[in-house]
Amino acid sequence: MVSQLIFAIILAFAIGLFSLNVRKIIRNIRLGRAVDRSDRPVERWKKMVMVAFGQQKMFKRPFPALLHLLVYLGFVIINIEMLEIIIDGLFGSHRVLAILGGFYNLLLAAFEWLALGVLVGCLVFLIRRNIGRLKRFSGKEMTFWPKTDANLILITEILLMAAFLIMNATDHKLQLSGMSHYITAGSFPVSSWLMPLLPEASGRLMWIERSAWWFHIVGVLTFLNYLPYSKHLHIILVFPNTYFSKLTPKGQFTNMDSVTNEVKAMLDPSFAPPSADGLPARFGAKDIPDLTWKNLMEAYTCTECGRCTSVCPANITGKLLSPRKIMMDTRDRMEEIGKNIDQNGEFKDDGKFLLDSYISREEIWACTTCNACVEACPVNIDPLNIILELRRYAVMEESQAPASINAMFGNIENNGAPWKYAQSDRDNWKNS
Amino acid sequence: MAEMVAKGETPDILFWVGCAGSFDERAQRITRDICKILVHVGIKYAILGTEESCTGDPAKRGGNEFLFQMQAMMNIQVLDGYEIKKIVTACPHCFNTIKNEYPALGGHYEVIHHTQLIQQLIDEGKLKAKGGESFKGRRITYHDPCYLGRGNGVFEAPRQTLESLDAQLTEMKRCRSNGLCCGAGGAQMFKEPENGKKDIHVERIEEAMATKPEIIAAGCPFCMTMLRDGVKAKEKEQEVQVLDIAEITARANGLF
Ligand code: SF4
Ligand code: SF4
Repeated sequence: MVSQLIFAIILAFAIGLFSLNVRKIIRNIRLGRAVDRSDRPVERWKKMVMVAFGQQKMFKRPFPALLHLLVYLGFVIINIEMLEIIIDGLFGSHRVLAILGGFYNLLLAAFEWLALGVLVGCLVFLIRRNIGRLKRFSGKEMTFWPKTDANLILITEILLMAAFLIMNATDHKLQLSGMSHYITAGSFPVSSWLMPLLPEASGRLMWIERSAWWFHIVGVLTFLNYLPYSKHLHIILVFPNTYFSKLTPKGQFTNMDSVTNEVKAMLDPSFAPPSADGLPARFGAKDIPDLTWKNLMEAYTCTECGRCTSVCPANITGKLLSPRKIMMDTRDRMEEIGKNIDQNGEFKDDGKFLLDSYISREEIWACTTCNACVEACPVNIDPLNIILELRRYAVMEESQAPASINAMFGNIENNGAPWKYAQSDRDNWKNS
Repeated sequence: MAEMVAKGETPDILFWVGCAGSFDERAQRITRDICKILVHVGIKYAILGTEESCTGDPAKRGGNEFLFQMQAMMNIQVLDGYEIKKIVTACPHCFNTIKNEYPALGGHYEVIHHTQLIQQLIDEGKLKAKGGESFKGRRITYHDPCYLGRGNGVFEAPRQTLESLDAQLTEMKRCRSNGLCCGAGGAQMFKEPENGKKDIHVERIEEAMATKPEIIAAGCPFCMTMLRDGVKAKEKEQEVQVLDIAEITARANGLF
């Protein structure tokens, strides 16, 4: 009875805390500007199925893709087991789903194999990350915390899976010894390998079994509450994020309607722009509220995998720009603003901005707008769009572009070409 | 175009030459070759001449949406004034901008890139690759321009034109949707690169050289500049030529 009560309290606390954090995340994403991504629902569902469930874009690199698929499938499917654990925990039953009979045995056998898969997958990932010296796992933005975050997740998953297998092994042994509470149920193809290592005394076995059970469930609930602080949040956000993907060609950049109105008014004085209500306060982006909610959702979805940075021509050739850093900076600044709001009830000026305090001018001007980062991202993030918005702010609000870029603008304005040539010479090529 | 209108004629297609194709000496040669191909197959084409103006691509990617939209609206006025329906461009940047970004500002046209047009002409049997230089068995590697390939999914047309010449097409490690940028896009063409270890075009040329090509094929005047700079930096001008798909086609057809 006592343990049921403790279980209920822990469960309620974990779920409560998680929903609180989810609400904060949603609020932070809503800091962004509006953008309509409700069109073409069929195509959007397809994208989500292919990219999120099917992990289509991971398979550009087959080896990590296979391992990742293994860990992902294992982790998702084994979580079905959570249902049983929660029922057992609340009602004091034991292996309540055993009523499924033969199917239960099948299910459990599958869980065990998957658990082994997850374990091995995570071990290989840990080795790759820490000993393999893969270039994309280092970089300026991969400071102490992001690296620790990645390792923590992998170690936690290994521990959870180990607890799961130990729990099963002891349970199995207790079943065989005929303990009345431990009904004969399940099949244990993997955990039975552990049986020889276990003690014989049933008291100690029960102690181990219970510890592993509690460790597993408390571990999973802790993990759930760790998500909002981690790059691992992608396991949830990848679904909405891929659903709301950009569907237009990669080369097509957004049209700024606010500018269209002004340009129309300039070209045709009789043009009456629609009312200025709801128009953004500034052109481009200087800080979080100037970006769209989709940009912000992407920042939360970023897995910090570095695939974008590893294909970025600027980064490859040693420039400061790293598209992964653009996403990580955006998330950090967004969370800073979120905390500011939590503390003060509303946002209080802190003298900081996404541009300059986090992302430097040198970074945004190094981008060739080549879309390699967008193509490489396994969860359909578009770092280029944020870079563009920052440039728009620098150019249209501050007139702060590099001098040669300003000269190019001047040439287009005066001669209709980015170079200093006379418009009247435009068809001289015919004569030579 | 104005002359055609004066004579009461309408063109089959408008050839959008672009700033590089108009002013850059190297790109002018590509422009002339595209014209030769059009004449050779009997397509009635027009150019805007001095009425053409920058599409606004570098302004937009440089963050100057005002300037971009000013350029776009002026160009749309001119194009609509001549009732243009179909446009072929010599530059992937013009192609992308007119095709994808003009519709939001009221400009709706059917736009193709010159490599797509050449591919169509080969498919229709109008271009036969006869009577000119033979490219049979020669090693050619094709560099995907970002705004043609990744930006708009045109990967096959340029490759098929090369395959139809029986050339030996070799791929770089980073090709098609994974292609590496030449370093010119996003208004980089008009400024010095930021501090780093290396120039992007050198990185790209090293990769191209690894395929031991006789010819590096391009489809963009900006890539052309960058790739040539790369070849020069490696002092390989004697061994490797950088040619546009249009130039290769014109040579294969003996159009001089
Ligand atoms: S679009 Fe910009 S940030 Fe993205 S890969 Fe290309 S150069 Fe790097
Ligand atoms: S933006 Fe995408 S590719 Fe880049 S680190 Fe984040 S998840 Fe990986």
